[in-house]
Amino acid sequence: MATGGDKGQLSALERKLLNDVQSSFPVCSRPYAELGQRVGCTEQEAYDAIQSLRQRGLIRRIGGIFDSAELGYASALVAMKVPQERFEQVARIVSEYEGVTHNYERDGDYNLWFTISQETRPDLERVLADIESRTGIKEMIRLPTTRKFKVRVVLPIGE
Amino acid sequence: MECSELDKKIINRLSGDLPSDMTPFAALAGEIGIDESDLLATIEDYEKREILRRFAAVLAHRDVGFVANALAVWHVPEDSVVETGEIMAGFDEVSHCYERLSYPQWPYNIYTMIHGRDREQCLDIVERISAATGIRDYRVLFTLTEYKKRSMRYFTEGRPRI
Repeated sequence: MATGGDKGQLSALERKLLNDVQSSFPVCSRPYAELGQRVGCTEQEAYDAIQSLRQRGLIRRIGGIFDSAELGYASALVAMKVPQERFEQVARIVSEYEGVTHNYERDGDYNLWFTISQETRPDLERVLADIESRTGIKEMIRLPTTRKFKVRVVLPIGE
Repeated sequence: MECSELDKKIINRLSGDLPSDMTPFAALAGEIGIDESDLLATIEDYEKREILRRFAAVLAHRDVGFVANALAVWHVPEDSVVETGEIMAGFDEVSHCYERLSYPQWPYNIYTMIHGRDREQCLDIVERISAATGIRDYRVLFTLTEYKKRSMRYFTEGRPRI
């Protein structure tokens, strides 16, 4: 398997910035001046580099990462057993729902895995019932979180 | 927390993408219709109250070199869940570690998201975790196709949630 995608084309400054901004983007009036101070460049250079990383798709989004439970949202991880010949169709139906944030095909007999969040518990129940009736897939297990040991999406961008 | 209409508006904007602007928070505050200083103070307050985990960039991990990720699921005896979960969470390559509901046909109760540069590296990490915890009943579920991956957008108006 190939490694790296566009990683080989990252400059030293870009690598530093990526490592930095994935933990925290400065929340202040002049965030690019602050970023420049952190990594050793000017405000304009920091701004241009971040713009370029966004345009190239290496940064998907800059924004708030909220705790959905704290906001009162109901969430679930759901796994489905989908026959291979229906896979594309079922995956497409699941992806249509706005509250579905991740939807992956994975190895194994439970082969479609998705996460969903809705503003209220009844909304979540309604959407899951709707997915079940539209896809006709009965083998669907819900895997709600009962304890969190670690939540982190920061990964070191090395050489 | 109880969200006011203003909170919902702010959280909705913050869960989107920051404007491309040299002073992005001033631009965002303008869109919301509040002062920049109030917006900055509100973000700080959300962070303090742990409603906001962090304000940061979300990277396309595949494109910055983490081409493989695996969900490893572990069948851990009930009485050692806490101890085992903490050991697993201690691995740098594990980004998420949760206990989840299990079923007779799916007895796996601890879920670890593992990131590596390729499948081999992910499998090595899984073996190290197995050795460190003594858990032998597990499965490694690689992502075959990513159909959707996005950040949650909260309090979308109009609510056409389907």
